[in-house]
Amino acid sequence: MSEQALSGPRAKDYKSEIKPIWCPGCGHFGVLTALTKALAALQLAPEQVALISGIGCASRIPAYTDLFGFHGVHGRALCVATGLKAARPDLCVLVAGGDGDGFSIGGNHFLHACRRNMDITYIVMDNEVYGMTKGQASPTTAPDWVASKLTPGGTGLRSFQPAALAVAAGATFVARSFSGRSNEVAQIIARAIQHPGFSFVHVLSPCLTYRPEQKEWKHAVTDFGRDDLPTANAALAMQVLLNDGGLSTGLIYEFERPAWRPRAQTGAGLAAVEEEFAV
Amino acid sequence: MRSLSLALVGSGGAGVVTAGGLLLAAAARTGSYAMMRRSSGPQIRGGESAALLRFADQAVECADDSFDLLLACDWRNVDRFVDEIPLGAHSLVLYDPAAGEVPALIADCGPRLLAVPLADVAASVHHGRINMVALGVIAHMLQLDASLLASVITDTLAHKGHAAVAASHAAVAAGRELGRRLAVDATGSELRLPATAATDAARWTMTGNEACGLGALRGEVRFVAAYPITPASELLEWLAPRIEALGGTLLQAEDELASVNMIMGASFGGVASLTATSGPGLALMMEGLGLAVASETPVVVVNVMRGGPSTGIPTKSEQTDLNIALYGMHGEAPHIVLAPLSIGDGVLATQWAVHLAESLQTAVIVLSDQLLGQSRAVLDRPADVSFMRRRRVAGSAAAAYQRYVLTADGVSPMAIPGSSGMAYTADGLEHDQAGIPSTRARDHAEQLAKRERKLAEADYGPHWGEVSGDGSTAVITWGSCTGAAREAVQRLRASGNRARLIALRLLSPLPAARVAEALSGVERLLVVEQSHSAQFYRYLRSQMDLPARTDILARAGPVPIAPGEISARLQAGS
Ligand SMILES: Cc1ncc(C[n+]2csc(CCOP(=O)(O)OP(=O)(O)O)c2C)c(N)n1
Ligand code: SF4
Repeated sequence: MSEQALSGPRAKDYKSEIKPIWCPGCGHFGVLTALTKALAALQLAPEQVALISGIGCASRIPAYTDLFGFHGVHGRALCVATGLKAARPDLCVLVAGGDGDGFSIGGNHFLHACRRNMDITYIVMDNEVYGMTKGQASPTTAPDWVASKLTPGGTGLRSFQPAALAVAAGATFVARSFSGRSNEVAQIIARAIQHPGFSFVHVLSPCLTYRPEQKEWKHAVTDFGRDDLPTANAALAMQVLLNDGGLSTGLIYEFERPAWRPRAQTGAGLAAVEEEFAV
Repeated sequence: MRSLSLALVGSGGAGVVTAGGLLLAAAARTGSYAMMRRSSGPQIRGGESAALLRFADQAVECADDSFDLLLACDWRNVDRFVDEIPLGAHSLVLYDPAAGEVPALIADCGPRLLAVPLADVAASVHHGRINMVALGVIAHMLQLDASLLASVITDTLAHKGHAAVAASHAAVAAGRELGRRLAVDATGSELRLPATAATDAARWTMTGNEACGLGALRGEVRFVAAYPITPASELLEWLAPRIEALGGTLLQAEDELASVNMIMGASFGGVASLTATSGPGLALMMEGLGLAVASETPVVVVNVMRGGPSTGIPTKSEQTDLNIALYGMHGEAPHIVLAPLSIGDGVLATQWAVHLAESLQTAVIVLSDQLLGQSRAVLDRPADVSFMRRRRVAGSAAAAYQRYVLTADGVSPMAIPGSSGMAYTADGLEHDQAGIPSTRARDHAEQLAKRERKLAEADYGPHWGEVSGDGSTAVITWGSCTGAAREAVQRLRASGNRARLIALRLLSPLPAARVAEALSGVERLLVVEQSHSAQFYRYLRSQMDLPARTDILARAGPVPIAPGEISARLQAGS
């Protein structure tokens, strides 16, 4: 680490004093740590970073940082971030939340944010369950998971493939990691922030309270172990993602496509606009 | 007021709205005030449409009780719009026999009828169109200066190319000749543009949607996100290139859930932001607006009302989103509801909305409607207004910054991303003064009271409404009904009866003390609104005492409330 970096903010400087409401052992702690490490690695001034979220355990994250945060309503974090980035392209805009927030109630916005390809980084902490509302199935829950009182026979529905969907919808940076691999998550988030376009970071983040079996994830996750990744080939990325079983981690897809930018141009001013109304 | 009302009807492709627009522009250049309403059916193309014009020697803000002239290019779907074109024995109907007999619905009103072979004449002109022949007939009747109309046609249709402009000139000339031949102006009625006194004041022509768009720009809105919906789309389409020319951005969102949250994001970033929609979109925005209130993020929604509920009557007007605008949010979410009182007032109402949202850090809903939004008026240039107070921004904090700190007026300085040491998290969860989520009774009580206080104690100044006239009889109304109510009161006064008009631009928080003052000495009150269930009357009743003799004129859309309806009710009771 350079001298300059040592004098700048360290990971802990990006954390607030507020104690998270999360259960002991919740995967979301690892993501918080990784995020602050990534920001420190990039030496971003905290006031230049905005962290936007919706509702859920994961979505509580902004208050636990010392960034400008917006804790909005369930499912609409990407919209708030889109407006902010369009109006303030100078800011580094991050979005974080859970799988329910991002893929169920906010699913439509996820598709359109990928397609719009604004320079935003979206981190989803996926625990395949609704933690905050005490353990219902989410879009990424397996069809035969029967532990929720709301769907006693399981959902019977094929689970959602967020990373593949992101590629299909037009995101230009897609990666997966596991909250237990804090350094890898930090590296991926740092790269995602540097990527000039919409970056989707899918982090497996166990909910030990409602999905205790996810404790096993730390033994089950593996690297993709392919030297053709990351790829700029969407078809290859999709093929890998649809066949890997969902527990491989690493950067999968990176593609350069111009990010959406406001077309703002300065013209003749308000007087000229008003002149158009003259009889 | 002297005025002349005429209706041009035809099936969608006939171009009656184009002809009406040309007539409006030409009349404007002669110094006439004017208003043109559009009535169209559900079809995207090819349905019936009508251009409903009224010219006057004073600013005109509503339709008259009946039409002096109806010119029909054809009678397709006449049953759909006949209610909107009241006729009487004084009316003259020009029709083309080639398009069939005059329907009984029209003939039964007893107007004078005159056949004009529009289609035949149009066919005799190279690329001649019926609407232009009709325009020529009317120009002859109104004795509209030929070179003035010609220059309007050249200017307006230039984008269609030389050939189209030449064909239009030829068809208009043929129409004038037809009018002369049939002596349409010698049918007993004197149809002339009302002369206006010469004035130095600048005249503008604009729709209510454009007026609201301009108000947004005057208010320094520089970010708009929206999803298309009738009848608000034109407001957005007008804004799109112009906000960009001023260095701002308009973004087409994937839906209204997105648009309301996008404008919150931009506003959180320090940029004044607005969206526009209509009833179905407003319904989708309600959760987001509650967040704007709780997180104290300034936003403005211009809601251009249409017939409801559900998809309702998208192309026609009603004032029935008052309830959702007032009460649509869950929890207790004090916010502001405004309404423009005329087409041109869209400028002030929207600019004021931006100012109130910004300075009070809350959500403001502006209730325009299809009647205001899609009608075009020739009016005096709306006055420049400047509001001094803007958003209270936190520069730097000596101690730890508290975003929701309790202040005397309830407004807390807002830090903007980019200011060092001022980070905070905006939150829709109830919070303490620092913005930290809290379920404590005391924090909830304090923050509820703070959000209420900043609105209740704000000084709304002179713009809360308009009061005119005197006497012990009064009409109280809001939004687009104001024009008809004003004219009703003027007519009454012209016939020697005194009456007052009270029109509310600020609906919520209700300026009850001001209204009570305006009502002092009033013994008889008529509440006028375009809704079936008397939403406005019930709202007033819930907030304040009204005179013992209070009557209601509440009628659903889409036919606008006419001045004669109001004056008849006022006279019936006296
Ligand atoms: C409009 C709306 N519907 C429902 C809820 C209730 N709700 C709160 S959080 C949540 C799901 C959270 O799950 P997820 O996003 O996966 O995050 P986690 O809690 O698992 O981290 C739901 C359904 C809400 N707050 N708002
Ligand atoms: S319920 Fe699950 S997701 Fe929520 S804090 Fe606890 S462990 Fe984490």
